[in-house]
Amino acid sequence: MTLFRRSEVVIAAILFTAMILIGLVNPAFWQVDNLFSLLRSNVVIGIMALGVLLVMLSGGFDVSFPAFAVAAMYLTVHGMLLTGYVGVVLPFAVAILIGAVCGSINGFFVWKFKMIPLIVTLGTGAVVRGLLLGVVGTSMINIDRFPPVLIDFAKAEVFTLTKADGTHSGLTAMVLVYFALALGVHLMLRHTMIGRSIYALGGGAEAATRVGFDLKKTIFFIYCLAGALAGFAGMLHCSMIWLANPRDFVGTDLEVIAAVVLGGASIFGGRGSVIGTMLGVFMLVMVKNSLIIMKVDTTWQLVVVGSIIVIATAASAWRDRGRKA
Amino acid sequence: MEKLGFDFRRLIGRDNNIGQLLVMVVLIIAVMSALSPDKFLRYYNFESLTYLFPELGVLSIAMLVAMMTGGIDLSIIGVANLSAILAGLFFHQVIDRAALSAGGGTGWVVVGVFMSIAIGALAGAFNGFLITRLRVTPILATLGSGQIYTGIALVLTGGPAIVGFPEAWDYIGNGKLFGLAVPFLLFVAIALGMAFLLTRTTFGVDLQLIGTNPKAAVYAGLDRAKMVFLSYVLTGTLASIAGIMLSGRTNAAKSDYGTSYLLQAILIAVLGGTNPAGGKGTVLGVSIAVVALMLLSSGFQILRFSNHLIDFIWGAFLLLVIVVNTYKNRTR
Repeated sequence: MTLFRRSEVVIAAILFTAMILIGLVNPAFWQVDNLFSLLRSNVVIGIMALGVLLVMLSGGFDVSFPAFAVAAMYLTVHGMLLTGYVGVVLPFAVAILIGAVCGSINGFFVWKFKMIPLIVTLGTGAVVRGLLLGVVGTSMINIDRFPPVLIDFAKAEVFTLTKADGTHSGLTAMVLVYFALALGVHLMLRHTMIGRSIYALGGGAEAATRVGFDLKKTIFFIYCLAGALAGFAGMLHCSMIWLANPRDFVGTDLEVIAAVVLGGASIFGGRGSVIGTMLGVFMLVMVKNSLIIMKVDTTWQLVVVGSIIVIATAASAWRDRGRKA
Repeated sequence: MEKLGFDFRRLIGRDNNIGQLLVMVVLIIAVMSALSPDKFLRYYNFESLTYLFPELGVLSIAMLVAMMTGGIDLSIIGVANLSAILAGLFFHQVIDRAALSAGGGTGWVVVGVFMSIAIGALAGAFNGFLITRLRVTPILATLGSGQIYTGIALVLTGGPAIVGFPEAWDYIGNGKLFGLAVPFLLFVAIALGMAFLLTRTTFGVDLQLIGTNPKAAVYAGLDRAKMVFLSYVLTGTLASIAGIMLSGRTNAAKSDYGTSYLLQAILIAVLGGTNPAGGKGTVLGVSIAVVALMLLSSGFQILRFSNHLIDFIWGAFLLLVIVVNTYKNRTR
C-alpha cells in the first residue's frame, strides 16, 4: 500500500494505462518510429522542466525561461554566424552562460525585493524577449545559414534500426544528454547540501533560515541553474530542428509548468522529484503527440493541455489538502 | 514653498500612491511633449487613446479584483476572446450576411452582449469553483482554465479571425457619444461602479478583509469561499466586457488576440498600488496607472520605437515598480 502513496508510482500507473489505451485506438503508437520520436520530443521540454522543477520546489514560479532559452539560442547562433566559429562545446557553454546570467536577474529580484516570483519572471521574460526582438532582430536563421556543425552534432544517434524495407529509424543521442542532466539534478537534489536547502526553502523560508541555510545562495543557485538549463535546452532545440527562430517557445511555459505539476510537484514548494517530473513530461508529450495519431483535430491541443493542468492541479490540491489553506 | 512641499509629501505618504501616479502621468506627458511636441500633443493622439486604453483598463480592474483576495487571474484574455468569438458566431447564425452588411441586427446585439457577459460570468464561476471548492491555487487554476478557454476559442474558429460584427456591436468599440469615445464612457462607468462596489458595499469591504487577513476574516464570520467565488465571477464578467470592447473596436475576434495584455494588466494593477498578496488596491490607482502606461507606449510609438521594444519597456517598468514599491514600504 505504501507504494501507492508515492506520487511517482501513481503517475507511472496512469502513464501505462494511457499508453495501453492509445495503443488500442491506434496500434501505430507502438511502432518503433513513433516511440523514438516521442522520446525525441521529450528532450527539450524535459530539460526545461528540470529547471522549472527547481524553482517550484523552492515555492517559486517561473514563466521567464522560454524567453531565456530563445535569447541564449538566438544570440549564440547569431554570434557563430558573425564570427564564423566552428565548434559545439563553446556555443553550448555560451548559451548556458547567457541563461545563467538571465536567471541571476530573477534571483536578484526574488531575493532582494521579496517579490512574488510569478510577477518578477513575467517582467524579466518580457524584458529579455523584447530586447532580443527589438534590438537583435526578428529574422529566423534558416537551414541555409544554420551552422552545419550544430546539425551534425544533434544528428548523432544512440542506435539505428534498419527495417525490412530499407528505411531506418534511430534514437537521437540527445536523449542521453537529457537523462544525464536529469541524473545530475536528481543527485544534486538528494545528496548535496544545496539540494537539500532547495527543499528546505520550499518547506518554509523561516525554518530554513533557522536551521542555518544561506537562502541568498540557494535562491541565486536555483534561478541561475534554471536559467542555465533553459539556455542549454534552447541551444539543443535549435540544433535539433535546424532553425533558430527568435519567436520560438511562445506558450511553452504553460506546457512545461503543466508537465512539472503533472509530475507531482507542489506549487507550494518542498514537494516533487526528478523522476516524477520526467514522467510528467513524457505523459504530456505523449498525449499531445498522440492526438494526431488518434485522429483528433490539432486545434484541440490547447483544450487537452488545459484540461490536464486543471485535473492534475485539482488532484494534487486534493492530495495536499489541509497542508495550506 | 515650504507649505507646498509639505502637502506634496503628505500626498505621497498616503496609503495609496495616487499622488505619485499623478506625478508620473505629468512627467510622461512633459517628457514626451519635449521629445516630440508636434506629434504627441495633438488632439488626435489623445482622442485615439480614449479608444485604445479602455479595454486594457477594464482587464486591469479585473486583475485588481482577483488580486484583492491575494489571487490572480491568468485566464482573463482567454475569457475575453472566447466571449467575443461566441458572440460573433451567434451573430453569424442569427443574422444573414445581407442584413449584416446593411447594418441590421441591432436587437440581436443586445442579446449578444448579455450572452457574452453571461459566458464571462460562467467562465469566472468555473475558476471560482476550482479555487474555492477544489482548492487549486489561483495561478494554476486560471493558467489551466485559460488554456481551456483559448483552446475552445481555437476549436470554434479553427484558427482564423471571426470578422463581420453588426454595426451596433462596433459602436461599443468605435462609436462616439456627446463627442466622446463610447469605450471611454463605458470605462468611466465601469470604473465608478467598481470603485463603489469595492469601497462602499459589504461585498467590497469583505473582499479587502479576506485579502488582508484570511484567518481573521473567517473568525469574523465571513463566508470566505463564497466571497472569493463571487470575486472570480466578477473578474470573468469584467474580462468578457473587455472582450466586447476589443472585438467591437477591431470588428473581429480571434483566439490569440491581446495576449500581451495579460502582462500589461498585471503590471498596471501592481503599478496602480494593488498588493498582489491581497488586501490593497484602488480602482482610481489602477485607472491612473493605465492612462500613464498608455501615454508612455503611445509616446514611444510616436518616437518610432518598435513594438518589441515597447514590450521591453513594459517589462522593465514592472521590475522598476517592484523596486520602488519595496523601498517605499521599507521607509514606512
